[in-house]
Amino acid sequence: MRERAQIRLLPDGRRLHLHDGPIDLIVEAFGVLAEINAAYRAAAERFVTVLDELCSELTFLRQSARGGGRPAVGLIARRMVAAVAPYGEWTFITPMAAVAGAVAEEILDTMTSAATLSRAYVNDGGDIALHLAAGEQLVVGMVERPDRSSLFGTATLDSTQPVRGIATSGWRGRSFSLGIADAVTILADRSAMADAAATIIANAVDLPGHPSITRAPACDLVPDSDLGDRLVTQGVGELSLGEIGDALDTGVAVARSLLSRGLIRAAALCLFGVNRVVGVSEASEAESVAAPERAKSSRSLIHA
Amino acid sequence: MADDDAIRCDACPVLCYIKPGRTGACDRYANDNGQLVRIDPHVVLDRALSRGDSIVPFLDRDRDWDGSIVSGPETFITAIGAGTTYPDYKPAPFIISSEVQGVDVVTVVTEGIFSYCGVKVKIDTDRHLGPETNLVRARGEPVGHVTTGEYGSQMLSLGGVRHLTGGSRKEGTVACETLLNLCDRKPVELTIDEGATVLVQAGKPPVVDGVLEERMRVGCGSATIGMFAKQWFGKVDEVVVVDDHITGVLSEHQAGKLLGIRETGIKMKGHRSTPGRYFRVAEPGTAWGGTNIEDPLSILQTFNPKIAWPKLRLLMVSTTGEHCAYYELDEALRPVKKELPSLLSESVARIKENCEPALCNVLFMGGAGGSLRAGVTENPVRLTHSVRDALTRVTCGGAPVYVWPGGGITFMVDVSRIPEHAFGYVPTPALVAPIEFTLKLTDYAALGGYMDHVRPLDSMLHGEGRRHLSANPDNPWPLSPAKSPRSDQ
Repeated sequence: MRERAQIRLLPDGRRLHLHDGPIDLIVEAFGVLAEINAAYRAAAERFVTVLDELCSELTFLRQSARGGGRPAVGLIARRMVAAVAPYGEWTFITPMAAVAGAVAEEILDTMTSAATLSRAYVNDGGDIALHLAAGEQLVVGMVERPDRSSLFGTATLDSTQPVRGIATSGWRGRSFSLGIADAVTILADRSAMADAAATIIANAVDLPGHPSITRAPACDLVPDSDLGDRLVTQGVGELSLGEIGDALDTGVAVARSLLSRGLIRAAALCLFGVNRVVGVSEASEAESVAAPERAKSSRSLIHA
Repeated sequence: MADDDAIRCDACPVLCYIKPGRTGACDRYANDNGQLVRIDPHVVLDRALSRGDSIVPFLDRDRDWDGSIVSGPETFITAIGAGTTYPDYKPAPFIISSEVQGVDVVTVVTEGIFSYCGVKVKIDTDRHLGPETNLVRARGEPVGHVTTGEYGSQMLSLGGVRHLTGGSRKEGTVACETLLNLCDRKPVELTIDEGATVLVQAGKPPVVDGVLEERMRVGCGSATIGMFAKQWFGKVDEVVVVDDHITGVLSEHQAGKLLGIRETGIKMKGHRSTPGRYFRVAEPGTAWGGTNIEDPLSILQTFNPKIAWPKLRLLMVSTTGEHCAYYELDEALRPVKKELPSLLSESVARIKENCEPALCNVLFMGGAGGSLRAGVTENPVRLTHSVRDALTRVTCGGAPVYVWPGGGITFMVDVSRIPEHAFGYVPTPALVAPIEFTLKLTDYAALGGYMDHVRPLDSMLHGEGRRHLSANPDNPWPLSPAKSPRSDQ
């Protein structure tokens, strides 16, 4: 067995990299040096047990969230269960849908309780937990396709807005998706909430039964997937503009419903370079910055 | 849940079932036809590529032309990412033959697991980092100690078997992590008992208690007088080299006396140590010569009127040449600032030119004596003898090493000459470092090599998971004939 948790500063000397098994976190804290150091120390101490905690109740966390059942044991597991709870009654979701956001949240909270920071973020593979002290703001870059790293826009978040969590989901990412969205980026109050919502909305961007879409049972690919024999997207062939619009419409409808329930603050949905945005006014800055640049850049992505 | 052809990965507690051709949740471990493999890329040094990046002389200085136009292979396989077969009862992961100047050469590449290893750190600074032999700590754990101070530098010795495996579990883990980060050229914060906190990164200036060290001084003030007295002689009557440690005065200094420089009646503040050498002319700071003074005249008292004379020429300069001022005495023997004569500005420029940038340097040191040799040959001691006899060249990630005299294969290597991400670790805890042994195929057979495992170089180049890098132009090419068995540096 290899050495477990790796904790190191990145070459820039500012950001902390925490890695253990499938968990990769990039952490950055802003403030006076002693506070940053205290925050990093706390994050590192908390991090070393995270994977073991999750794995100790992995079977439970891979089960459908429907009907509640017994509560989770670990703090992170509880965040996961709470984040998916609003969806369990009407659709299939497991607490694993919020694992990345919940880990980010836990590490961020550990840092902000240990130190006074002006700003901080914990980026768990694109699912990001944020801390903004009064008067602070943070610029977040957005990518359209998780497997390509070019930015298509930026969102500026400031402390007066309620947004403290960002997550992106799509079929090209590391986790399986039931839908065909290239990327659904969510702004929400907490990162675990954003993570769960991104999964739900990305699943909803879909054209069931369309011949251009290749799907396979999740368990055929990964025998112990929490998605069981549900069909996960493996490829998306050509779609007409009308079809792209239809798929996005379904996602937008779900996003609007989540918005009205306060589960998200804003959503950006991308499919084949076509973008839809929900919740503009709530996340005002994000939209005014991101939207105008989006169409232009995504077109260049397609030709790239 | 068991799937016929899926395998269980035990690299982490997630314990993924991985189907053939797929990776686990981490994207790092994969099922390759039923085998669990790590898919970190294997590093291949490509010599041809470096030609585009740097000027290559017509004939390599390391390679005397023997009249033939045959050139050695342009590609060298490093051990980085090769994996290891610890405890080395199997042949090393890759044994590669490549033809150099008509002779078959074998390179045995393996990643060695070094529980007996450490780093030597040289920190260019005149600041006091801590008393000799005091513990050096990382994240509160002892990881090494302060060793000797050398001229302008403080040496630290970190790691070694006692910190890696002799202390608490946490001590071992932190020591291993510290070594790994230093070897990977990452910044590491070290705290010395009763001393300073230093941010150390190979190839970068040290940061001592939050202050960035930029330049090494050319020497202390007294040494500077000694170095430049001759150049000043006849061009100026008095020179004061301002230094926080020892401020030097030319006319009183032994070097000035030997040149027959006349007394000037200068009177310094501070404590006189020996003639021409003064301690504590001011407080430490960031102005002139590491002191807190902005006006150099503030460290002078009035000139002795019985000895000094009007128009006496006085140069004041710092040990880095970054500050200087030129004065002449007026009729009342008061210094009046004048423009620096060009004859003197040359010597000031030379002080500056002789100050080297302050850096941290990290040498990895490990002993490859143990069972690692068994991965190379069935008769391990013959490998040691072969290295001794200069038949086998040892490199670390393609970089030249210094092999210590005496028993075993204990070597040192400058980590900045090794490709990035060359080191890894295992929970023992121990460092995983690349090591390559290069020798003639006939010699390899003679020392009991695994001849049936030798693979031609060509077969290695096109497989997946190879990372092609330009060779570091500062390193001698690993397959060029060596000049010295011990060191290629």
